[in-house]
Amino acid sequence: MPDFLLAYQSLFAFIGINGLLALSVYCTLCCGQLSLANAGFMAIGAYAGAILTQNFHAPFGLAILAGTILPAVFAVPLGLPVLRLRGVFLAIATIGFGEVVRLAFVNWDYTNGALGLVAIPQKTGLWTIWLALAFALYVLGRIRGSRPGYALEAIREDEPAARTMGIATTRYKVSMFALGAALAGLAGVLEAHLTFMVAPNGYGFSRAVDMLVYAVVGGTTAFYGPVIGAAFLTLLPELLRGGGQALGLAPGPLRLFLNGAILLAVILFVPNGLASLPAAMQIFRPRRPPRSAALR
Amino acid sequence: MPLSVEKVERAFGGVRALDGVTFTVGEGEVHGLIGPNGAGKTTLLNVVSGLLRPSGGTIRLGEHRIDGRPAHQIAARGIARTFQNIRLFAGLSAAGNVIVGEHLVRKAPLWRRMLLLPAARAEEKAALDAALLVLARVGLRERAFDTASALSYGEQRRVEIARALARSPRVLLLDEPTAGMNAAEVAAVEKLIREVAAEGRSVLLVEHNVRLVMEVSDRITVLNFGKVIANGEPEEVARDPAVIAAYLGADT
Repeated sequence: MPDFLLAYQSLFAFIGINGLLALSVYCTLCCGQLSLANAGFMAIGAYAGAILTQNFHAPFGLAILAGTILPAVFAVPLGLPVLRLRGVFLAIATIGFGEVVRLAFVNWDYTNGALGLVAIPQKTGLWTIWLALAFALYVLGRIRGSRPGYALEAIREDEPAARTMGIATTRYKVSMFALGAALAGLAGVLEAHLTFMVAPNGYGFSRAVDMLVYAVVGGTTAFYGPVIGAAFLTLLPELLRGGGQALGLAPGPLRLFLNGAILLAVILFVPNGLASLPAAMQIFRPRRPPRSAALR
Repeated sequence: MPLSVEKVERAFGGVRALDGVTFTVGEGEVHGLIGPNGAGKTTLLNVVSGLLRPSGGTIRLGEHRIDGRPAHQIAARGIARTFQNIRLFAGLSAAGNVIVGEHLVRKAPLWRRMLLLPAARAEEKAALDAALLVLARVGLRERAFDTASALSYGEQRRVEIARALARSPRVLLLDEPTAGMNAAEVAAVEKLIREVAAEGRSVLLVEHNVRLVMEVSDRITVLNFGKVIANGEPEEVARDPAVIAAYLGADT
């Protein structure tokens, strides 16, 4: 078993990081907001952490803290105006933000512009990533069913009706936007210190869409759904590697094609995501619904 | 706490949906608001509950001006409402909907739940118990854990009323609460409205069921084309020629 872990260490690391990214998208999706800003927040976190450890020789813990908090600090003033927008307009505005961040780093000499930072100290261990993921899952799981959790569900279902219940919808939406930014930033710091490099083009539009796809494929009705989606889509190319080689296909295009096909299949056949499959197929058939599930 | 609406205006483009509407709902009073379709009744509820801003006029709850305030602040002052086109949180259970309705009266800091403190668990149980009690009041205790979207039309309306009552509001705005209900359900809602008023809460009732409004209301305001055309006790209003004309379409 340890041999197996060692051989697939980087794969497990990326499952964890992509899981964190998927959860960061879930933060806004769970209150009905489609935001694509998280690649930008990830970049801010990654650069902040990398600059701290590389240029200032700061301890890794401090870098993680800064890389988590700084994106959230950016998220609040961005979220206040932007979260007034709905649906596709919010998506467009947040894509704009992501591009602004990317181009800012491309043009920032201090971080070597488009080349980015290299030789960042490699400090991220597998356990750090999985501890971070477990912590994020715990926090999001505990929000479910709490007073703010009910408020978020109400906002997702019917925002004006939620306001007439006395729910300060803007505050909740901005808070979740900032929490999502923090998780994306956290994933950014961890990834930067795993791959020991950051470059602006790693945080572009396609990265933002990847995270969204993890969350949608996994499903956002359960808080753990996005992690399942991330794990599935990160593992998939490895599982298919043999098959692709046998057919004489290059791995890159095959992966993109399969991602697209799977996203389509999920949206058409399992609209609540992979996490809802067991319930839909009644694999676990509870005698009576558990109370927490019944309250949902 | 009386709700007073004074010269309230609301225009949509060139249409004056509300045109100088003035009336007061006293404490513990059931106030009927009737009028033909398009008279501005729902617009008025939207303005009072803060979903729409008035273009002019003032709305007071007690001494506090609430016109133009955000909806959640108006809710915090003690105004609760239901919707004409039922707007439950469809994915939540009936009890979940009522728990959302308790939002303003719950004191449940998230950190307690994060730290798994027993106090958090006790608070959640109290919130659920309170929700079940309110659901029992509208006769839906047995359906508490059913998903809202699985309930019948009449049941959904009752959950909406329960959700609005969950935080003991001072003023309850009901927008056609009995639409689509059978006779037994209408009678239950009628009884409930009387009980709510007896507790000292004010009820502003928009309703098309004229018999119900006449029976249950202390006072009635009649709107037509955004203007108040009559205001008074049910018998007075029923005799008012302007009201009869508006409803029957006499040539005036």
